[in-house]
Amino acid sequence: MTPLAQLIEAALFAAARPVTAEELQTLDPDASAADVRTALDQLKEHYDFEGHAIELVEIAGGYQLLTRPAFAAAVERAQLGLRQPRLTQAALETLSVISYRQPVGRAEIEEIRGVSAGGVLRTLQERGLIEVVGRSEALGRPLLYGTTNQFLEMLGLRDLGELPRTEEFAVALQPPKPDSTDSEGAAASVPAES
Amino acid sequence: MTSPAASAPGFTTAPGSESGFVVSLDGFAGPLDLLLYLLREEKIEIADIPVARIADQFLQAIHTLGLNQAADYLEMAGRLVRLKVAMLLPRRPDEEGWEDPRHELVRRLLEYQQIREIASWLERRAERQALRFPRGYLPAPPDIPPPPLVIDLAELLRAVEKIISEIPQPVLHRVVPRPLDVEGATRRIEALLAEHEEIAWLDALGPERTIADLLSTLIALLELARRGGLHLHQPAPFAPLVIRRDAPRPTD
Repeated sequence: MTPLAQLIEAALFAAARPVTAEELQTLDPDASAADVRTALDQLKEHYDFEGHAIELVEIAGGYQLLTRPAFAAAVERAQLGLRQPRLTQAALETLSVISYRQPVGRAEIEEIRGVSAGGVLRTLQERGLIEVVGRSEALGRPLLYGTTNQFLEMLGLRDLGELPRTEEFAVALQPPKPDSTDSEGAAASVPAES
Repeated sequence: MTSPAASAPGFTTAPGSESGFVVSLDGFAGPLDLLLYLLREEKIEIADIPVARIADQFLQAIHTLGLNQAADYLEMAGRLVRLKVAMLLPRRPDEEGWEDPRHELVRRLLEYQQIREIASWLERRAERQALRFPRGYLPAPPDIPPPPLVIDLAELLRAVEKIISEIPQPVLHRVVPRPLDVEGATRRIEALLAEHEEIAWLDALGPERTIADLLSTLIALLELARRGGLHLHQPAPFAPLVIRRDAPRPTD
């Protein structure tokens, strides 16, 4: 391995979180972005083709060393690694709405799921999977939520672009029509008498 | 889809502590979930919901499941009943501009179904990712413990002997009920001065000669001197104090 690849290996080992390419570039003032990319490829190859139990993964906008799934059961049995607690159905549904509609307010989430969302939003915020990203211009200036890097880490995604496109699902997720969100709309459109 | 709603819906209702009613839903994630479940059970196309039948089933379901006090479910029940009424209204077959009153509900159900699909995708993805462990991250402890010792038995014994030899004496803690007894010392000095014109420092000190007695006596002497009951005299530097009775000063 080149000295830069070694340096990157050391940095990724020392950091317990995904490290961005820009951060890795600061390891060596003489290294260009292309150098870093080449070194990362070399490091990845090293792990992939020399029988290593860890791999270099591109995740949450950065790079991280992770153990391979084949060893998860044994590592967990020995209580050397802890799996993240599973999310409830309510949490998963709320995350789904937020990941596709962000920035999105609580009212819209509740409208789509048909249930109040306060408790779930708080739980997701505590777990660091969502965060407040701003305030809506609507009445009361409600908080708007978005997903975090930790959300990407939990799913092993590079970025939000890796979420499946909604056309890939059976039903297309239509953006809400301004007039149809009004619950009175359907009833009001019915002729009162014939 | 791992939603338990698809298999066997299980509900538990618990009386709320203060605000009326708390529903803990083991089975359904909400009224839309319950509605989708009913439609699936009846093998009904979402786009063509027999509103009257589904509304009745929904009401019955939330009643038997004890959900009829949960606001989210009640709100949906209200919508369904209103829809049922709207569908019952007669209309001319050729009527222009008639919009299916079920449209809004269908749109919401389709939208929710898609959210469910995304949720299950997220779940599968998270489960797969959970099999890959990052390096265990532990925040640095505030005090780094010393590294483990590597010594042999002889060294250990030498260290023990050294420590034992350095212990001066067994130190016992003495509990002194009244460390300072200024009143007692005052009484003793006044009694002595009533009999003698002049007493020595060691006489004033009394039989006990602990630090506490010494301090008590000293404070008593200074206090009496301040009040003017006695006169303190030291003939030479570091010589013993001589305590002499003094005529009380005229009070002011």
